[in-house]
Amino acid sequence: MNDEIIKKCGEQLYKALRTRQCIKPLTETYPEITIDDAYKVSQYLNKLRLADGERVIGKKIGVTSKAVMDMLKVGQPDFGFLTDKMVFSEGGDVPITGQLIQPKAEGEVAFILKQDLLGPGVTAADVLAATDFVMAAIEVVDSRIEDWRIKIQDTIADNASCGVFVLGDRAVNPRDVDLATCGMVVEKNGAIISTGAGAAALNSPVNCVVWLANTLGKYGIALKAGEVIMSGSLVPLEPVKAGDSMRVSIGGIGSVSARFV
Amino acid sequence: MGNLTKEQVNELAEHLENAELQAYEVTKITDDYPDMTYEDAFDIQWEIRRRKEARGTKIVGMKMGLTSWAKMKQMGVENPCYGFLADYFSVPDGGEIRIDELIHPKIEAELAFVTKKALKGPGVHIADVLAATDFVMPAIEVIDSRYKDFKFDLKSVIADNSSSTRFVTGGQMKQASQLDLKNLGVVMEINGTVVEVGAGAAVLGHPAASVAMLANMLGERGEELPAGSFVMIGAITAAVPVKKGDNFTVRYQDLGTLSGKFV
Repeated sequence: MNDEIIKKCGEQLYKALRTRQCIKPLTETYPEITIDDAYKVSQYLNKLRLADGERVIGKKIGVTSKAVMDMLKVGQPDFGFLTDKMVFSEGGDVPITGQLIQPKAEGEVAFILKQDLLGPGVTAADVLAATDFVMAAIEVVDSRIEDWRIKIQDTIADNASCGVFVLGDRAVNPRDVDLATCGMVVEKNGAIISTGAGAAALNSPVNCVVWLANTLGKYGIALKAGEVIMSGSLVPLEPVKAGDSMRVSIGGIGSVSARFV
Repeated sequence: MGNLTKEQVNELAEHLENAELQAYEVTKITDDYPDMTYEDAFDIQWEIRRRKEARGTKIVGMKMGLTSWAKMKQMGVENPCYGFLADYFSVPDGGEIRIDELIHPKIEAELAFVTKKALKGPGVHIADVLAATDFVMPAIEVIDSRYKDFKFDLKSVIADNSSSTRFVTGGQMKQASQLDLKNLGVVMEINGTVVEVGAGAAVLGHPAASVAMLANMLGERGEELPAGSFVMIGAITAAVPVKKGDNFTVRYQDLGTLSGKFV
């Protein structure tokens, strides 16, 4: 796709985000769109948000678990940008009414970095060495594409379907927890709705960050010290609405809760 | 109250135990005995147990089945079920399981509690279980319903010793107080590929709740869980079908790894 069409796609998604009016899948309107094109759209969309005064505070990796891959019928992860307008605190109200369109929540491990990581050639050891601490996190994903009818290019272009996220109550040194076997329990409105473990995301959340660092490396983008990296869901996506509350706990890491309003 | 005669209970026990010992499928027994009760179903299971013990087989533990909310909902039942573990069910960690001795086996990642005090229902709760627990260790259960296509109702499966057939235990033991049992993660791999993940809360909200429920269910028959009991809590993950040649490994948070092979 040429730059003009890429800008147009970015503008349509930006408008959809701000007005909460979904658009048709880009893969229907522009069947020729490639994954590379989609990342260019995502970067343009991000540029429009930064022009509004938003600031990038991290990255997210999406579509990392078999459950989510199956649900979305895609076969590889993707990434998006996290901005300061997306983050909320543990235990507080998380506004979704008037903000998000068709939100779904998921539980993740968040990595907070203390050193830059620039691919290619980033290994699991590099990621662990560069990680300051990990936290339990809830990500609320949302799609600006009608009825979540997304192919991989649609979600990539749409900032990896990122909505908002909530960080948990404890910061844990990655040396103190086995990230592949740590268990996750998700409770919604007081009932346990799903469980999972670290290996649900590319066999370990660490592998997700490795993938991201090496993938972004191709675009010359580094993961930076101080950034939050949301490593991908360990459980199936759960639709949420105002009035719902959710709690995610991770063995050896901690918990995070949110009340959606 | 039971609706079956003692003779019918004995016949059905022989019928189901033969299917287990000779590894063949049968139709579910409620097809022929639609009026049988839960008490009848447990009577059949206890008769199978008596038959084995009379032959010199030792009973080495108990297991809970259908303990996940998802599975109970799927089966349309409100209660889990229990079964017994016989000595020849035990497979060492890293051991081989002969698939031709089984019908259509599936594996599940579980935990096992070993008790140091007797538990007798009714009224046993999680705190009682934790106080009576000597240690917790990882376990894998191989289930193998004797019913055609693994399809059954709750009464039929209870009579069939809750599909019990083999188990693997080993790994690392820990005191319950050293573990976050609710959040304890498990990762099941078959032939090196992750196939299932889960956490302890998948079993009745807390693994110890399963042991409490077993003590309470046994209490209804005037039985108790004696000190030294080995109790498997039921599946944390979905049951995964296996075939000849499959290697399996389950990794447990803080409890090491178990593995085995179907030959």
